Amino acid sequence: MLRLENLSMTVDNTNGSCRDIIHNINLEFEPGRIYAVTGPNGGGKTTLAKVIMGIYKQSRGRVYLRGEDISELSITERAKRGIAYAFQQPPRFKGLNVTDLIKIARPGIDELGLRMQLRDVGLCPEDYQDRDLGSKLSGGEIKRIEIAQILARNGAVSIFDEPEAGVDLWTVQRLISLILQKYRNNPKSTAIIITHHEQVLPICDEIIVLEEGEIKLRGSAQEIWPLIRDDIQCKMKDQCRGEICYE
Amino acid sequence: MNNIGVIDKQLLNAISGLTKIPQGAFNIRKDGQAILRRSSPNIYVGPNAENNGLLVDIKPGTRNETVHVPVIVTQSGFHDKVYNTFIVGAGADITIIAGCGIHNESHSDSGHDGIHEIIVKKGARLKYIEKHYGEGKGLGKRILNPTTKIVLEAGATAEMEMVQIKGVDDTLRKTVADIGDKANLKIVERLMTHGDQKAVSDIKLNIEGKGASGQVLSRSVARDNSMQVFKAALVGKNECVGHVECDAILMDKARIQSIPELNAENTEAILTHEAAIGKIAGEQLVKLMSLGLTEKEAIDVILEGFLK
Repeated sequence: MLRLENLSMTVDNTNGSCRDIIHNINLEFEPGRIYAVTGPNGGGKTTLAKVIMGIYKQSRGRVYLRGEDISELSITERAKRGIAYAFQQPPRFKGLNVTDLIKIARPGIDELGLRMQLRDVGLCPEDYQDRDLGSKLSGGEIKRIEIAQILARNGAVSIFDEPEAGVDLWTVQRLISLILQKYRNNPKSTAIIITHHEQVLPICDEIIVLEEGEIKLRGSAQEIWPLIRDDIQCKMKDQCRGEICYE
Repeated sequence: MNNIGVIDKQLLNAISGLTKIPQGAFNIRKDGQAILRRSSPNIYVGPNAENNGLLVDIKPGTRNETVHVPVIVTQSGFHDKVYNTFIVGAGADITIIAGCGIHNESHSDSGHDGIHEIIVKKGARLKYIEKHYGEGKGLGKRILNPTTKIVLEAGATAEMEMVQIKGVDDTLRKTVADIGDKANLKIVERLMTHGDQKAVSDIKLNIEGKGASGQVLSRSVARDNSMQVFKAALVGKNECVGHVECDAILMDKARIQSIPELNAENTEAILTHEAAIGKIAGEQLVKLMSLGLTEKEAIDVILEGFLK
């Protein structure tokens, strides 16, 4: 479905030297499978997603979608070919409402479909359909609307960048089951989830650990999860100052 | 609307959404003359005492009626000037739809100066909508200089929506309001300039009454070589609340000046302002492109939403 060949992205440092944000990545994503990309902050996960979407231009290497070389295509052309990306921090739009954006994501969606997409991500359509995407929505609400758009797109490759960030635990459970239902064993699409979440990682088919721009570990969730579990859970504890122990 | 031509209908539709003769009271003015006029049992529409404009007198307690007073200018080089007075009777609740459309295909300038005086009597509610629009391929400018003076008596409420859609080359919009006890005024301005257009908006709210409030919300887009100046002054003379907000998108080589002024003359006056001018955020464009829009389509969607 999606193949990355020797993919690198280099940036210039202020002292005149160069640095690879991602370095020589070779990966293949198959339809019907769910992939997790994890690893420490600054490891290159979001950069990899943005290079696949065409937001950043690779310095070396190629990107193939269903055998077609899409390395030189624009963001728009990649989107039209079926690549979808749910932003980690989605932008806000003054004057556009939730319905406007979902209709752009999926032209021709009917009223029932639109309401279902919102309900799927735990938002009541009555309350949210006409809500402005300006500054009044919370981070968690904006995030769920972002996920609803990507689910609505029915992309060939759907990339979710930390979908659980800012979303409550109940919704994380719901998101996991939605993603499983929509992508697992679906011969037409692949899901790539950038995540640190201990509830999301073990249910993926494959885990890819990216560190300092390179693939450090890669394999089935059964193989990789036990190796990284302590790290991930410890990090979560840091974030919540240990409160998670009492849950 | 037999005596109204195709261009006239086009202009009327653009500024007031009219496609046929409206219900209730109205006055349609074309090139300095009233071409259609009607009063309703509760709303008198007729010439003023000086015979240089219109008097619209709304009886106290009139509810749920709309008055249309559109103006169109189609004669090349014609410069129309009119003095209109609107009196909204005590306890009334009505909508006034004004606005001006200019069609100019010539090399001479055409224009309209509409001087409106609006008195909203005790406890009355007014929704006032004014749209401005210009069209035509001639080099002659389409100029609109509206002046609005509005007085809100005790407990009155008014919401004024002033919109410049497109095609107006030069505009100087002056608005002065006197707001009485517990009265409330909200002015929403939406403006788009392009080409070499220039738009100046000069608003002054005298918030005089105890418990009164006034707010000015401006959303504008300046494209190409256009220039916009937004001046908004709040004068708080009593225990009152006032707020000015200017939000603008700047594109190409356009310029925008935003000049808020807060004059607090009473320790209980709470006056605030906020302003933000900037280009379209790159991340907004990228987001919409990642949903399949081209860059141009994404810009159009953002601007249309912003000015909606």
